[in-house]
Amino acid sequence: MSPENSPSSPVFLSAGDTALVIQYGEVVDVSINRTVRQLAHAVRQLDIPGIIDIVPTMRSLMIHYDPLSLTKQALIDVVQPLLSNLEELEENNKKWLIPVCYEGEFAPDIDEVSKTTNTTIDEIVRQHTLLELEVFMMGFLPGFPYIGLLPEVFDLPRRIEPRVYIPPRSISVAARQTTIYTINSPGGWHLIGRTPVDFYDANRDEPILVCAGDRIKFKSIPSSEFTEIEKDVKAGNYNLELE
Amino acid sequence: MSIRILEPGFNVTIQDLGRASFQHLGVPVSGAVSPVALKIGNALVGNKPGMACLEIRLIGPTIEVLCDAIRVALTGTITEIELIGENGRCRPANQSLVLKKGQKFKIGTISDSGSAYLAIEGGFKLPEVYGSLSTYVRGSIGGFSGKALEQGDEIPLNSWNAEDRGELRVSNLAALEENGPLRIIFGPQKDFFKQESIRDFLTSPYLITRDADRMGMRLDGPVLKHERGYNIVSDGIVTGAIQVPGTGQPIVLLADHQTTGGYPKMATVISADISRMGRLRPGDTVKFMEVTADEAEKARFEHEKMVLSAISGFVNADPWLDEKALYTENLISGFL
Repeated sequence: MSPENSPSSPVFLSAGDTALVIQYGEVVDVSINRTVRQLAHAVRQLDIPGIIDIVPTMRSLMIHYDPLSLTKQALIDVVQPLLSNLEELEENNKKWLIPVCYEGEFAPDIDEVSKTTNTTIDEIVRQHTLLELEVFMMGFLPGFPYIGLLPEVFDLPRRIEPRVYIPPRSISVAARQTTIYTINSPGGWHLIGRTPVDFYDANRDEPILVCAGDRIKFKSIPSSEFTEIEKDVKAGNYNLELE
Repeated sequence: MSIRILEPGFNVTIQDLGRASFQHLGVPVSGAVSPVALKIGNALVGNKPGMACLEIRLIGPTIEVLCDAIRVALTGTITEIELIGENGRCRPANQSLVLKKGQKFKIGTISDSGSAYLAIEGGFKLPEVYGSLSTYVRGSIGGFSGKALEQGDEIPLNSWNAEDRGELRVSNLAALEENGPLRIIFGPQKDFFKQESIRDFLTSPYLITRDADRMGMRLDGPVLKHERGYNIVSDGIVTGAIQVPGTGQPIVLLADHQTTGGYPKMATVISADISRMGRLRPGDTVKFMEVTADEAEKARFEHEKMVLSAISGFVNADPWLDEKALYTENLISGFL
């Protein structure tokens, strides 16, 4: 029943008359996401009048368009030739070094994660801060990044009981991905830390910190330094960039 | 150069046509749930079509004019504007009128529509966020401090006076009164549903439940059964998407919907019908009708024509009507 998808021949699906979905698969797959972002980049480069936004996800690309200036078929005709010639993305995205406190009240689920995975808390922290990760996509909330791919120890299902309220800046993990809640929200991922950095701040000139393609590495900070770093971040005196 | 909110009404927010180009950052589009009424309201007061208005979804505010004068128009409803302290005198919707400094006016319960708009000449003097004044309350974005209006708020305006240039009235209400089934295109996940459910969806009426806000409206009707499960890997979402969670009761997504999501979307309401979808309110029933992509494109052009003809068909509202009545009253009192 599933439509045929492959890296060179995705399926085109309609989302009404204002968006075209170019679907490469129906599962979470880092290589699919990479292809989706390559296509997003290629479409963006063409700068076609009538395209309103280009939204990559883990499995598909959604192109929002103005039906008064573009038809679905015209858009497919533009996208089709790009599919077989996608190029590797240039590495000109930002690199971030994000401080995270993995202690106490900031990490309500870290004990449970430690038990389920049979791994010490120190090792959980080490594994979470080990790799330079990539932002796969943005969605769910303003400025909310889906980041991966974490080491296998984080191959966890979502919580059985999602939380009704998750405080902003919470660092969470599930399915080898990690994210930062940006506004008060319900959610089902495991909370293992808190960052003093706002990934979304409505009052900042640029409210949203990161975008798809950015690189992120986490750094463990003790709770004793949290408030100090929080102040420095707010004042712009804390270097968030990865050298 | 402002208006003061004396009574806030219920969840009244500032909305324009939203911020559609930041969905790739997870920012919802927001904006008017019924853009047609917003555009026509703006045209009545001489604004550009996409300027920000007050969106009223159930109970309107009571407002005091703090500047010399303002020109306003209420659209999307037939509810009248009540002038406070003038023996309950009312002014009809769908026409412009000027209100002077100190004048208090009330927009009460909106009983005929899920959304109405109060346009004000010159618009609001507020900062844009991502190119729009629209309020996204959950994210504290835009509008007046990112929230619904509260008692005592003073909303700054761009103009302090209203030029004397006659008032306009909508004579052709067709664009504001479109009804009938909501037209849909199936997909993007039609194949996730059983054939019988696809049939039910097209043949049965669905009730708009009370579980309705600017993000979406939960519908009640025949349960839509999934053939391939109800958890999908998140993909993009558009306004008008009809997503079906595990309960099988569909949710129609409105302006504040998330940019990505993980429930299968059986069908999508076409853009020509988004405005009247935004007029639906809890207790209304709705039916759906399938159209092709070509038909949807044609319908959108037809719809835009209707909006244009509503605007080109404006007639002069007689600003002296009430004064005449007053004059007659004076005459009568004079005779007594």
